[in-house]
Amino acid sequence: MTLREAPHIRRSTWALSLLALLFVALVAALGHSWLAVTAAKAPLQDDRSPTYLTRALGLTDLALFTEARYTRHPAMADLFTPFQDAPLSMEHFPAGSLVSPPPHLPATGTLKVETAHGERR
Amino acid sequence: MIEVENVSRVYNEGRPNEVRALNDVTLRIPDHAVTVLKGPSGSGKTTLLSLIGCLARPTSGRILLDGEIISALPEHFMAKMRRERFGFVFQRFHLIRGLSVVDNVMLPAYPAAPDYRELRERAMAALRRLRLEHRAGMKVELLSGGETQRVAIARALINDPEWVLADEPTANLDSALVEQLLEEIRMLKADGKSLVITTHDPRIIDSDVVDVVAEMRDGKITSVTEVER
Amino acid sequence: MFHWLARQRYLMDYTLAAMWRRKWRNLVLLVVFTLVVFLLASVSFFGSAVRFEAKRALKFAPEVMVQNLVLGRHALAPADWVDKLKGIRGTRNVRGRLWGYFYDQGNGANYTVMVADGSDPSLAVAPDEVIVGAGVARVREVEKLRNLLLLRPDGKLFKLRAKRILSDDSALLTHDLVLLSEADFREFFNLPRDAGFTDIALEVRNRREVATIANKISQRLPNARVVTREDILRTYENVFSWREGVLQAMLAASLAAFAIFAFDKASGLSAEERREIGILKALGWDTSDILAMKLWEGALLALFAFLIGAVAAYAHVFLFQAGVLAPVLKGWAVLYPQAPLTPQIDRLQLVTLAMLTIVPFIAATLVPVWKAAITDPEVVMR
Repeated sequence: MTLREAPHIRRSTWALSLLALLFVALVAALGHSWLAVTAAKAPLQDDRSPTYLTRALGLTDLALFTEARYTRHPAMADLFTPFQDAPLSMEHFPAGSLVSPPPHLPATGTLKVETAHGERR
Repeated sequence: MIEVENVSRVYNEGRPNEVRALNDVTLRIPDHAVTVLKGPSGSGKTTLLSLIGCLARPTSGRILLDGEIISALPEHFMAKMRRERFGFVFQRFHLIRGLSVVDNVMLPAYPAAPDYRELRERAMAALRRLRLEHRAGMKVELLSGGETQRVAIARALINDPEWVLADEPTANLDSALVEQLLEEIRMLKADGKSLVITTHDPRIIDSDVVDVVAEMRDGKITSVTEVER
Repeated sequence: MFHWLARQRYLMDYTLAAMWRRKWRNLVLLVVFTLVVFLLASVSFFGSAVRFEAKRALKFAPEVMVQNLVLGRHALAPADWVDKLKGIRGTRNVRGRLWGYFYDQGNGANYTVMVADGSDPSLAVAPDEVIVGAGVARVREVEKLRNLLLLRPDGKLFKLRAKRILSDDSALLTHDLVLLSEADFREFFNLPRDAGFTDIALEVRNRREVATIANKISQRLPNARVVTREDILRTYENVFSWREGVLQAMLAASLAAFAIFAFDKASGLSAEERREIGILKALGWDTSDILAMKLWEGALLALFAFLIGAVAAYAHVFLFQAGVLAPVLKGWAVLYPQAPLTPQIDRLQLVTLAMLTIVPFIAATLVPVWKAAITDPEVVMR
């Protein structure tokens, strides 16, 4: 096949077009993110919105990890909640490794516990 | 005109395997002519060709192109020289495998970044002259020996250089193809190109296209013959 | 400038043609590289979106929570604490909260059972009624059955009429909730009237007084632990940061491995590649042309990997609910929120990721490529 039959497209044209397309997609994602975040920041007062429910029900935590109580309510948890059943039991819930203990704990007199198990976190 | 003045080239200088490839060579190469560097292998003709073509610098001596010293240029300008003033046809052709014929022909023009369509037309025109238009889109490794050499010639011509340097161009060709090559040399000469060819092939040396024969042996020029016509 | 761009395009043409010769190898490299970027970006996007949601919603969490500690463990707060707290100047809206967990043996899910305090009519629950979160509704088919049966461990069955199902919009906070009336709650958990509350929430009249009030509470109720809204928000600022960090460190290590790989590849150029560089130089390419051409090879790969990875991660996390991460995040939980996350992304992290992907890859190849680029063109004559 000779190159005269079909118009020849340079390889760099392909590559640059693809890159441009991807770049536009990334910019679109950033734009989408910006719009959505701006919209989300406007206080929604309808009774289905998360902000409304938080206030009405006095919710303290995200319901991300329902498997254990210290992961369901990390803000309300103790450092040693994972060890409550037996002091030597390993903290074994998968989500437990995702949620770090609340940072406000040392101020409430559990300092000893923290030093004993602190290195685990 | 190219003037080679007292040029020596020493490889591995100062070491036990020191080789003196060229020893105090002086030579004038005329424009618009076909000059042959003749000699057995190891006579230094290829080394001389690479020094003329700015592929390397002489250990001592100097080379002038149209009165300007080209043998002591910084690398950047040496590259520019190779690109703009010289076209090379290597003994083993050295096409880039995996690329199409036309892409190979265009390669020497890439750094100058001309208009793409114009460059492509130029490449196609060069291929057309060498009867290779139908091979333009083919990968170079699929070509026959003669075709490969013609692609190498087309590539040497893409930047329209004044000088075409060919290293042992008949080394890989049979008789029929040598005839064809002589045709091409004639064509280049008719275009006003100046050619320098290294060879020990009598089919070239004794042909009617050759204007000057410089004979070399052991790194020295032993005789220079201007063919009378 | 224009000439420079035109030249780069030519060099790109060459590098693409050269890469095309080993397309499968390069494609596999691109796919793996993209995958690493995709995972890194997904984790980063997910983390920042969750932190954003937490910050947005928990801004309205109770200002101060008071817990009772017995033997160092969270225990029921005595009912008379409500009055004691009311007695502290500057507090208002002191209310005992009742909430707990219920493990549903039927499907292995954990519910958070809570008493709706009734201050809001749309969330008020009468006895025998229930409001459930979207996740509970889903696993128990509440929408279809219009009621929820809860089986107490001792075998007593509670049949509750579903008053409302909380929408998916709030699922990130509410999907495992079961809201009961106080009477039903106490009966269900066998909690006598005088047993007290799970904890006590209160508000502070003057925002700047929160720390002072928290101090006062600690003095008056030495056994109490006081958690302020600031503490809650800070908890979620840190959520994932630990594991995200480990994951990112691991993935960053694989990026480093890529850089080493690129370095190795660039420094171990094959004889064929060296010969090609020599040919190009003999044809009049400058050292800088060779250098730029070789750098494009890495740059194109890294650019494609970054852009595809980042865009795919965005789509993955915000359009497809982070399906790939879900098994990790879900752990053993049966209920998992299917709330669409607000696509808050950390732009700084994105830029860092771009730098991490592209720069080391190019930097690693720079020196070896330069070494190859200064190849003596005379080699082609030998």
